[in-house]
Amino acid sequence: MIRFAAREKVPRWLNYAVPLGSVILAVIVAGIFLAATGHNPLTTYKNIIQASITQPGAFSSTLVSMTPLLFTGLAAAVAFRMRIWNIGSEGQLYMGAVGASGVGLLLHNLPGPVLIVAMMAGGIAAGTLWAAVPGALRAYLNTNEILTTLMLNYVAANIMYYLIFDSNSYWRDLTSPSARVFPQGKNLASTANWPPLQLGSVTIPFGLLLAAGFAVLLWGVIRSTKYGFEMRVVADSPPAARYAGIKTRRKILSLMALSGGIAGLGGASQVGDFSHVLDPRGLEQAGFGYTGIVVAALGRYNPVAVVVTSFFIGMLVNAGYALQGPGFPIGVTGTMEGILLFCVLGSEIFTRYHVTIRAPRRATAIRPVPKPPAAVLPASAHEEVPS
Amino acid sequence: MTDDPTTTRQSAYLNASLREGTPRLVGAGPVPALATRGVTKHFPGVVANDRVSFEVMPGEIHALLGENGAGKTTLCNVLTGLYRPDEGYVEVRGEQAAFHSPRDAHDAGIFMVHQHFTLVQPLTVAQNVILGWSRRRGIWFSPRRVEREIAEIAEQFHVPIDPSTKIWQLSMGEQQRVEILKALYRGARTLILDEPTTVLTPQEVRQLFETLRGMAASGTSVVFISHKLPEVLAVSDRVTVLRAGKAMGTVRTADTDAKSLAHLMVGRDIMLGRKGSSGKTNAAQAVLSLSDVSATGDLGTPAVVGVCLEVHPGEIVGVAGVAGNGQRELAEVIAGERPHTAGTITIAGRPQHGTPWEAIDAGLGYVPEERMGVGVAPGLTIADNLRLKSYREDGHGPLLHAKRGLRNATELIERFDIVARGPKTLARELSGGNVQRLLLARELSSHAKVLVAASPTRGLDVASTESVRQLLTESADRGVGVLLISEDLDEILDLADRIAVMYRGRVVGVLDRDGADIDHIGLMMSGVAS
Repeated sequence: MIRFAAREKVPRWLNYAVPLGSVILAVIVAGIFLAATGHNPLTTYKNIIQASITQPGAFSSTLVSMTPLLFTGLAAAVAFRMRIWNIGSEGQLYMGAVGASGVGLLLHNLPGPVLIVAMMAGGIAAGTLWAAVPGALRAYLNTNEILTTLMLNYVAANIMYYLIFDSNSYWRDLTSPSARVFPQGKNLASTANWPPLQLGSVTIPFGLLLAAGFAVLLWGVIRSTKYGFEMRVVADSPPAARYAGIKTRRKILSLMALSGGIAGLGGASQVGDFSHVLDPRGLEQAGFGYTGIVVAALGRYNPVAVVVTSFFIGMLVNAGYALQGPGFPIGVTGTMEGILLFCVLGSEIFTRYHVTIRAPRRATAIRPVPKPPAAVLPASAHEEVPS
Repeated sequence: MTDDPTTTRQSAYLNASLREGTPRLVGAGPVPALATRGVTKHFPGVVANDRVSFEVMPGEIHALLGENGAGKTTLCNVLTGLYRPDEGYVEVRGEQAAFHSPRDAHDAGIFMVHQHFTLVQPLTVAQNVILGWSRRRGIWFSPRRVEREIAEIAEQFHVPIDPSTKIWQLSMGEQQRVEILKALYRGARTLILDEPTTVLTPQEVRQLFETLRGMAASGTSVVFISHKLPEVLAVSDRVTVLRAGKAMGTVRTADTDAKSLAHLMVGRDIMLGRKGSSGKTNAAQAVLSLSDVSATGDLGTPAVVGVCLEVHPGEIVGVAGVAGNGQRELAEVIAGERPHTAGTITIAGRPQHGTPWEAIDAGLGYVPEERMGVGVAPGLTIADNLRLKSYREDGHGPLLHAKRGLRNATELIERFDIVARGPKTLARELSGGNVQRLLLARELSSHAKVLVAASPTRGLDVASTESVRQLLTESADRGVGVLLISEDLDEILDLADRIAVMYRGRVVGVLDRDGADIDHIGLMMSGVAS
């Protein structure tokens, strides 16, 4: 039988060994899945590595795939870590793209660096405001932010479509007859292109550098600022935070705004780095916001770890595009993503519990009782610790 | 409180064993109604019960005495089938029993009255008694028949209660009687009561003891769990003392006294109480003053009604009352966690508008009733918990001073005797006494002028209780005004300079400690006197 006993102290090495082991397990399980669906696992893995890293240009395109995921991953990580369930990075990213492209179009006469900074500000502002709505509802009216942020994703998507497809808005290109028949956004001036960093054959998108900087910054904020400390208290126990005189409502609102701002900057990066146009269909199909939640969960909501996990998911996404074909539907990579997530999150039980498997005792003996989780132990059991 | 317990108890005991029919002989004595044989129960890191053996005779009131954390509750959970022992077994009327659930224990006639009642407030006594009890009847519920049966049992065991009353209309003492009735109705032959006197007034305690004696006289065995010596001496026939999970021995109550029991229980002599009353009700400006303060409870009903109260520097004011008469709400109102609907609150001269940060700023230290989750954030480290309020003083910038936090924590851990591996231990890993010391360390090391302590020693072992009380006294001696809210009347009588008694949200009277009479306070607590 299997016994679970809560670990009192988690050995340090376990914190690294378990995630590593779970990734290996995921590779094996996904291999079985591949074999079962008629793909040679080894060849597939080799192809994935080729398509995402070793082929010429593959690494750069993995970095491209990774960039928006790092933004949304950070947005989700920072919120989820503080137990604010912002599922709305998707919509906040759309609004960020709307804001950044609007600013980019409006200020096209300004010199490049100023224009780029203005676009970032536009993206951040739009994402922040979009997230502040459910944030305020949560903080002051205690509505469930999971529902409100999720619903606002659809609203944001519709706004985006409306701007390009259903109206003669400022964002829409109305200059040519063909653009009137096949609606599309106005292209931004080339001065609005965010400058990538070229390292040998590898192109690093400007947004990726920005996001990586944010990852480190957020890590520092959580770790060693008063704001981070307050958020940690709010996350652990809102009554304790209130007791300590922390203005919990403002903290919740500000955290939602921060999370939304990061997602919004992700939207700005999509426009500035890659598309240079507001492209509702492309953004919606990519689903960066939802994938970002996966990225954050894999990184256990640690901003620095999210850099690594967004790279891995970026690899998979990129390889998925490359391998896609009649014999290899895109759903296969999605399933692999799911297996990875399942293994990594599921294995967490091994860090928190001591799991032993042993043969059941002889039938005459009384069956041992599974230990209750620590939380329901009687007070007496804890008091017993010599004090 | 007892007229002559030994003679009456002893005869009931013998009668009972004769009534048992043909008593099988185990050694020389009669067969115990319930016994444990070498019961051992482990929890991660602790041995809650270590080879505990004890016997309860039919018709006997058997006290299990021990500090909080001595393993009493665990033992009861083994007796009632909630836990299975790792080693040893439970014996019922001479036969080994293997309980797989509380239901098995019920079938063997073993019932427990928990410290926290398990009654449904809007239902009647009768409905509560049969709730979840489906045995020996069909699907039809005949309220009148059940009520009649209950009334019969109530009469037989002298448990006066009207079966058709709704629970919310009853006092805590009466609710406890319902719990006892519930067990008797279901055929209890052994009744286990876990700290049954905590929620009762002194008068209700006496009534409970009468009931228990009546039950014992008719052959029911009673296991009475308590850490209060006077009660154990007053009601029990025999006492088994538990200490650190071990049974230290069983003695006849008639052959022992408080001192030797206390020694057995703690392993050394104990001294409680405030040594030498400072007795200063000085004329200085009050540091905490409430005038006509009212507030509503969680259900929107009035919980604090027109309370006027003053606490002066260096003074301990005790708030006595039966649990649930507005004491918790009063503490929350002062701390700014619950808005007051009327009146004014002034802390160190600064009027309060009902926010926690305002109260903290003005110099309020607060030990909330709920320590884990309110007073202490369980998932944070000791160091973080210690600077839960003082982190704001880490310079003016946005950064935390990590090193100072750790240094400060190390110092406080030392000074307040917090037993932990180090400042980075999570608060949830601490025992109850250490959590309370952690809380007090933070509240007392700040520059508080007023300290509100709500039930600060509840659930603590004797040593921790002693140290917490000492800390409260010391801070009063340093000039802090202390408002001590406690359901333990003895504690208030020991520590407080003045005693305010609360009943239904009102302060029905404020007494000087020296003129206080426990019976009078008891009457005030039940709203009879003022």
